[in-house]
Amino acid sequence: MSDKSKTAKKGKVPLSPKRREQNRREFIRTSVLAAGVMGFSLLGFIPVVQGTSLRLRPPGALKEPLDEQKFLASCIKCGQCVQVCPVEAIKLADLDEGLGIGVPYIDARAQACDFSCDGLQCVLACPTGALTHELDYPADTRMGFARLDRPKKCLAIQGKGFKGQARGPDFTGILRYQEIDRWKPIPVADYPYDLELCDLCVRQCPIEIRIADCAKQDADQDRTNQALVAQRVGNECPPLHAIALEPIDNGDGVTRMQPVIKAGCVGCGVCEMICPPEPPAIVIDIDKTTDTVRG
Amino acid sequence: MSYFMESLAQLFGREPARPAPEEIAPEVQEIHRYKKKHKITLAELEAERQANREKGETSRWLKRRWAVLITVNLLFVVSYYFDVQLLEGALTASRFVGFHMADLNSALQVMLAFKHVVLNLIIGTVTVFVIWLLLGGRTFCSWVCPYHLLSEWGEKLHLWLLSKKVIKGYSFHRGVRTLFYVTFLVLTYATGYTIYEAISPTGILSRALIYGPGAALLWVGFLLLFEVFISRRAWCRYVCPIGMTYGMAGSLSPLRVVYSPDACLFGGDCRTVCLVPHVLDATIMGHARDTAVPIGADCTRCGMCVDICPASAMKFDIKGLSKVV
Repeated sequence: MSDKSKTAKKGKVPLSPKRREQNRREFIRTSVLAAGVMGFSLLGFIPVVQGTSLRLRPPGALKEPLDEQKFLASCIKCGQCVQVCPVEAIKLADLDEGLGIGVPYIDARAQACDFSCDGLQCVLACPTGALTHELDYPADTRMGFARLDRPKKCLAIQGKGFKGQARGPDFTGILRYQEIDRWKPIPVADYPYDLELCDLCVRQCPIEIRIADCAKQDADQDRTNQALVAQRVGNECPPLHAIALEPIDNGDGVTRMQPVIKAGCVGCGVCEMICPPEPPAIVIDIDKTTDTVRG
Repeated sequence: MSYFMESLAQLFGREPARPAPEEIAPEVQEIHRYKKKHKITLAELEAERQANREKGETSRWLKRRWAVLITVNLLFVVSYYFDVQLLEGALTASRFVGFHMADLNSALQVMLAFKHVVLNLIIGTVTVFVIWLLLGGRTFCSWVCPYHLLSEWGEKLHLWLLSKKVIKGYSFHRGVRTLFYVTFLVLTYATGYTIYEAISPTGILSRALIYGPGAALLWVGFLLLFEVFISRRAWCRYVCPIGMTYGMAGSLSPLRVVYSPDACLFGGDCRTVCLVPHVLDATIMGHARDTAVPIGADCTRCGMCVDICPASAMKFDIKGLSKVV
């Protein structure tokens, strides 16, 4: 009775058994499609949960040392940060990083961020605030924190100098050498060194270079320009040293020098990139920043 | 149901309903009656098709569309490669000579996952929304999306294999796209991760073109194989939330294809080439309600029906403009 009234109302013909079978099959097919696509998309959580998608991120990345959720959520995966970086330090992650696909990272050993754009171009380029606009100067960034990982490999600790190309002739990484060109970074391979004692990690540290620049500017200023010096804002001049060579005595009576990481280190990775031994003596920890290390 | 609601309901997966006789305008009923009585013969139809082909009109919009699609995607590549700041970024978000643009679906995901919106993203999203509102919404799909182009080539292969009876084509329920859409949005909000972005062939292809290929292309390749061997245009038809977002944006668009039953030969060619044939329901004899039927929101404005129609019954139209001009 109710069947009859329904058909009469809508003018619908009851489905033929063949049609019903087709609908049933379509329903099953569609369910499989839905489960397949959703299942594949949820696989993206695996690298994130396991922590294998953690990376050294560009300056200003919205993250805690071991929690990148906010950064992955806010990044729209467009790569505008990649495009503006003058040293091409920024790469985009691939499918193996799951939900981190298309998100920018830095492989410091291959090409570190040397802040040669000065103005944090990647931060300015970011359309979503995934690289937060709340920082203005390199000294404000918290990418990671350097650590002397293999002291025995360190040339300074061995009391050795360094002569030649820091990473050999085939290394493609570039750095800004201000005395060569203030605006154009050049290949590290084109800038051979001749050092009595290797101090590359200190010598090339962007924070240390900036501190030295500021000190020089201060010394050069005559009194009429003192007002300009006073106008410096925030961390335009890094307030703290990042790395220094300090003497140690290993008990063998010979005093040697070793690199010591200071509170001003932002984890840019230049020390890891420039360190001549393979693997490098100094590396960047991505799970620490100067804030977490110093409390 | 109003045209607008009907068009949205179809976008969400409802099958188009045949109109009751009283819903059909009297002059259209007259056209249907006349055309039923004076049925065109198969030979006459074939002659019309041949004439259309000879005029070289069967790929007019296709050529324009491919040219636009390739140009837009190349602009991104060229901008980065030669460092001219013309169109920086990728399809998910970019800057066109400095102006922010953000893909509506990517921006929606970021807003839901991040739960915080910066001004630049609002500017980019509103700009892109207005552009596609004016240009037709899913126009993005067929005129810009790089996956659409690959998928079109895959479709040709699929149809060839079908004609050779090498494969059997399968269809799915179109409503599943709405299910995907809602599920992705809810999951994105709940987990705080932009889940769809990780599997979006549009984003993956755009980035691969600009920043170089990666393993993610394997996923795109898999999708293409699925479309070639199992289901015609499956991703665009049954899954992609980007198409859904742009479809909604374009539901009010003044730019659309309009169907005139008066000129129609009822050969059904338009429905065989269409990515979303349900929007062409009105072209079935007796289904048109009016003398000019605007095609619904799910239409990608690709122009394939305009190209193939031997009788110029399908035409691009800008609402209100034809009256003014």
